[in-house]
Amino acid sequence: MNLIAQLEAEQIKELGKTIPDFKAGDTIRVGYKVTEGTRTRVQNYEGVCISRKGGSGIGASFTVRKISFGEGVERVFPLYSTNIDSIEVVRRGKVRRAKLYYLRDRRGKSARIAEKSNYRPLSGDQA
Amino acid sequence: MLRTGVIAKKLGMTRLFLEDGRQVPVTVLQLDGLQVVAQRTVERDGYTAVQLGAGAAKAKRTTAAMRGHFAKASVAPKRKIAEFRVAEENLINVGEEITADHYFAGQYVDIAGTSIGKGFAGAMKRHNFGGLRASHGVSISHRSHGSTGQCQDPGKVFKGKKMAGHLGAVRVTTQNLQVVKTDAERGLIMVKGSVPGSKGGWVTIKDAVKKPTPENVIYPAALKSAAEEARRLAEEAAAKAAAEEEAAREEAARLAAEQEAAALAEAEASIESDKEAADPNAEEPPLNDDAAPEGDK
Repeated sequence: MNLIAQLEAEQIKELGKTIPDFKAGDTIRVGYKVTEGTRTRVQNYEGVCISRKGGSGIGASFTVRKISFGEGVERVFPLYSTNIDSIEVVRRGKVRRAKLYYLRDRRGKSARIAEKSNYRPLSGDQA
Repeated sequence: MLRTGVIAKKLGMTRLFLEDGRQVPVTVLQLDGLQVVAQRTVERDGYTAVQLGAGAAKAKRTTAAMRGHFAKASVAPKRKIAEFRVAEENLINVGEEITADHYFAGQYVDIAGTSIGKGFAGAMKRHNFGGLRASHGVSISHRSHGSTGQCQDPGKVFKGKKMAGHLGAVRVTTQNLQVVKTDAERGLIMVKGSVPGSKGGWVTIKDAVKKPTPENVIYPAALKSAAEEARRLAEEAAAKAAAEEEAAREEAARLAAEQEAAALAEAEASIESDKEAADPNAEEPPLNDDAAPEGDK
């Protein structure tokens, strides 16, 4: 392991975040810290994860898409951001792609994702 | 007061997540066996500077002349050598090692390195020219530089005209980069933003010339010998304090034991006197109360 990878691994350990197992197609709820003036509160953002990038490194990120007041909204979150309070998996989706960019061109019925019925939690050191 | 800079190796870039939610892109630079190889003095050379060496070179692949130079300084052969002008009072002894504490978090530095070579590049990439139009009769010259001058008068292209040519692989200095974090144990300096050159390349770091010199920089440099000396002194002081504490504790224990013994003797005496007087033991409970806190000391 080179020194950069070592530094990143150390930082991830130091941040001490528990990232649930989720992938593209899953519906997730992200608790994001918002600062208004002096006080901070946690704002929930729920939608479909349409992409995950960067593996599990410090630079990893994921994109969450939702339809807000009839308008498609996408937000990209850094996986290890200190602004993220929590990540919750609401629903596991069954998809055949790693990046669901085709959802951008779809609305309503055709933009549905079937629920994954055979989900098995990760075991051992992968968990 | 001009103090020395350092030679560092660029390891690569990463990011740091801060507690307030900000993320900072940083370049990680490493000090790898950074030692003073030679000094330049006014008497001998007409100016004052220190020559630093960094990295490890195989003795076999070092020229005989350089081997002699390193042997004179009694340091291992170095991969990279650079000179830094310093004020006379900031000269450092030959053989001293400089640590990453030379800079502190928040300080501004200038970093110079050799930029990544791009080869023969066109005018658009090399000089940010706009190129020609995509249509309106332009054929096979969309990325050309266009006109290079006037007509029969002056009848030549002026010298220094920006044209296509070799790009990159030159010495570039980036000014006013902020140090975010240092790690003296591993010899790491993390600087906000990018630094010229490729990974594994050598760069030189100096205090920023366009910022006032901070007050808490270390003169003449953050030396390993000084750090070790400080650590040794601290350890000695700690050992001394521990010994004193131990002595004090022993003294207290001895005093407590003596008092306990005295109390015991007194108690025995009182018991005996009680026996003699056949009196109910009125004195004993307060005596016990006295003995307990003294034992705690």
